[in-house]
Amino acid sequence: MPFYLEIIICVSLLTGGAFLLIGSYGLVRLPDIYMRLHSPTKASTLGITGVLVASMIFQSHLKGFLSIQELLITLFLLITAPVAANMIAKTALHFRTKPIDKTQGQELMETIRDRKSTKPPHTPR
Amino acid sequence: MKLFPMPFHSLLLFVVWLLLNNSISAGHIVLATFFAITIPWLVTGMRDEHPKILKPWLAIRYVLMVMKDILTANVEVALLIVGPVKKLKPGFVAIPIDVDSDLGITILASTVSLTPGTVSAEVSKDRAWLYVHSLHLENEAELIESVKQRYERPIKEIFGC
Repeated sequence: MPFYLEIIICVSLLTGGAFLLIGSYGLVRLPDIYMRLHSPTKASTLGITGVLVASMIFQSHLKGFLSIQELLITLFLLITAPVAANMIAKTALHFRTKPIDKTQGQELMETIRDRKSTKPPHTPR
Repeated sequence: MKLFPMPFHSLLLFVVWLLLNNSISAGHIVLATFFAITIPWLVTGMRDEHPKILKPWLAIRYVLMVMKDILTANVEVALLIVGPVKKLKPGFVAIPIDVDSDLGITILASTVSLTPGTVSAEVSKDRAWLYVHSLHLENEAELIESVKQRYERPIKEIFGC
C-alpha cells in the first residue's frame, strides 16, 4: 500500500475516532436528557463517516475496485439518527422529564407534550 | 397490473441491492431484478400518496447544502460539548411551519435534527408548529428565521406545496 494512502486512511480514522469520542463524552458531560440528545445525533455522524471513509479507501485498495457500500451505511445512519433522537425526545417529554433549570421556554413543554398549537409572543406569523 | 408500479423505487432497490453486496455478478443482477419487481408489487397497496419532487436539481442542491451543514454542525456541537457546559443556554423553541405534507414535515424535522444545535422534538397536531430543543439558544427569532429561510423554503419549492 502506498504511503500517501496510509496517511489518508490514518487521518480519516483519527478524525472519525476523535468525533466519536467527543460524542460519547458529551453523553457523560451534558446535564439533562434533552441536551444529551445532541451529542449522539450530531458529533457521531461525522465520526462514523470518518471511519467509513477510511474503510472505503482501504477496501477499494485491497480489492482493486471501488467499494462504495460504506456510503450506504452513512446514508442509513443519516436517515435513522434523527428519527431515534425524535422518539427519545418525545418519550422524555411524555414522562415530563425535567430539564435543567436555566432551560429557556420551559412553559412550552406541556404544550409540546400535548401536541397543541402555540403562539409565542414575539414570533411574526 | 403494471410490471413496475413504482419505477423510481424499483431502480433504487436494484441499485441498493447491488451496493449492499458490492458486486455486479450475473447472480446478483438476477436477484436484484427479482426484488425490484416483487417488492414494489407487494407494497404498492399500502402506500400513502406523497407529493412529487417537482424540482430535482433544487433537491440535489438541498442535499449538498444539508451535507455541508452537517459537517459544520458536527464541529460546532463537538466544540460546545468540549467547551464550558455551564455557559450553555439550552431552550425549547416553537417554529411556525408552512409545509403541510407528511413527507415535507419529515424531511424538515430530520434536517433540523441533523443541523447545528437543534433537535426536533414534536410537531403540533394541526401541523402548524415544529417544536425543537436547542443546545445553545442565543437568539430565538434568528433561529426561527434561519430554519424557515434555509430549510423550509427550498423544501416548499421542491415539493411545490
